Amino acid sequence: MTILLEINDIHTYIEQYHILQGVSFQAKKGEVSVLLGRNGAGKTTTLRTIMGLNPASKGEIIFNGVDITKKPTYEIANMKIGYVPEDQAIFNGLTVEENLRVAMRKEDEAAMERQEYVLNLFPDLKKFWKKDGGYLSGGQKQMLAMARAFVNEAELLLIDEPSKGLAPIIVEKVMEALVEMKKETTIVLVEQNFYMASQIGDTYTLIDDGKTIQSGLMSELIHDNELQHRYLGIG
Amino acid sequence: MGKINLKSVYFWLIVLVFVLFPFVIDSRPMTILLTQIFIFAILAMSYDILLGYTGIVSFGHAMFFGFGAYATSVMLKNIDSSLTVFFLSIIVGMVIAGIVSFLIGLLTLRLQSHFFAMFTLAVSGLFLVLAEKWRSLTQGNDGFTFRAPEIFSDRINFYLFVLFCLVLVFLLLRLFVNSPFGKVLIAVKENETRTKALGYKTIYYKVVSSVVAGVAASLAGSLYVVSLRFVNTSMMAIDVTLNALLMTIIGGVGTLVGPIVGAAIIELAKHNLSILAKTYPIFERWIIFFGIIYILAVIFFPKGVVGTLKEKWEGRKMVRQQAMKQKEDAA
Repeated sequence: MTILLEINDIHTYIEQYHILQGVSFQAKKGEVSVLLGRNGAGKTTTLRTIMGLNPASKGEIIFNGVDITKKPTYEIANMKIGYVPEDQAIFNGLTVEENLRVAMRKEDEAAMERQEYVLNLFPDLKKFWKKDGGYLSGGQKQMLAMARAFVNEAELLLIDEPSKGLAPIIVEKVMEALVEMKKETTIVLVEQNFYMASQIGDTYTLIDDGKTIQSGLMSELIHDNELQHRYLGIG
Repeated sequence: MGKINLKSVYFWLIVLVFVLFPFVIDSRPMTILLTQIFIFAILAMSYDILLGYTGIVSFGHAMFFGFGAYATSVMLKNIDSSLTVFFLSIIVGMVIAGIVSFLIGLLTLRLQSHFFAMFTLAVSGLFLVLAEKWRSLTQGNDGFTFRAPEIFSDRINFYLFVLFCLVLVFLLLRLFVNSPFGKVLIAVKENETRTKALGYKTIYYKVVSSVVAGVAASLAGSLYVVSLRFVNTSMMAIDVTLNALLMTIIGGVGTLVGPIVGAAIIELAKHNLSILAKTYPIFERWIIFFGIIYILAVIFFPKGVVGTLKEKWEGRKMVRQQAMKQKEDAA
């Protein structure tokens, strides 16, 4: 399978703090690669570094054969990389419709079809179409954030903890949506909820203290209780 | 037949009331006061584009007001006081304001907002000193008087012209903020990082917003000096910026209508407090009462008059809709 994203030994500083100290992994086309690790391990920073929001000081990030390590965020996003930050990051002052339109950039036929697709994926959004994002519940905001990243025919989606702070029933919905999205695009997912990660993920990368500890198939990790216990505190 | 937009009907009714006002109520002071309110409403709306729609705090907005003020007064004094020169001077003021705001924006809008605020304060101070020192052109703080175009010697004509400008600027700015471009500005205001992550080069949006605000402020400056037939360097002082800021905050940030209401509240308060001061000496300290008005407005209308009313209205609407939905579900 073709490698879509390749991260080679990236190092990232936030102010004086050396957060990423050698993260490496690959994401293959059509797969869901899950980044796992404890709180503060560097998973979110890894996604932000890929997006150029916290640029890497060392290492390289190759997307579709192009080195994007030093590119500005907007250029990276325009290379069909969608980003869903944690904490239901939508624009509260814009309506649901406007949130999607701002994300869409173009309003051609393909984009409208795409919009229809995400609205079928998240029917709740239709109900609140003309309402400000601020009025939505946490789960609806998360759905809108995911829809916004997906409405643009992203080749790669970076999704940061979509289940964070959501009720179990909403997590189920988000998971169903992710399964659908997986059919259409490649996903790099950061997720603390191991059950959800194991259901969706094809491969995993364990990150600890800003370093890649291990990568492999999710099916292997599911059966490796020792690794789960040591790095994820499960079991 | 299409549905009638009630908001538009109310808007044009209000405009009609103000058009008819000077013909119904023959009060020169009131006409002058309303003219001032309209002019400051344009200035406050221009500030709202920065603060309310893009999240940029500028302490140098008076500079753009001053460009318009000096372009018009210098040209009317040194060329002639015809209507053509007046219109030309408005364009000149706008072009200068546009160029300066473009350059400042390009150089500094990459910075964090507080650095930008400080930079605008410094540049505005620089232009104020330049105006003070370039006495051959500006006559410094003493200022100079000049003749306004003949047609404006009738205050009603000028009132109507300023009202026309206010309506035009309001409609154009509303078009601007409601456009897809305007929605991106709101996104930038809420979270610039998130907007970048959607693929937007946000600096471009911020610079355009800064230019639009600068150009509109310049128009307000041009109109203001014609209403006074006088200009001096106080037009570029920080007080003008602070006034615009307070008008926007009191009226309601990010509403466009709010700054018009804010301008009316502040100008009416100034006017009435100065009248009261003639009878009751305590009101000579009108600046203290002004402060009290600001404090009360912030306490009772935290989102500004229009912003708070809008929020309450939408809250009630939401409750009504939920109640109706519950009834439907129960049925």
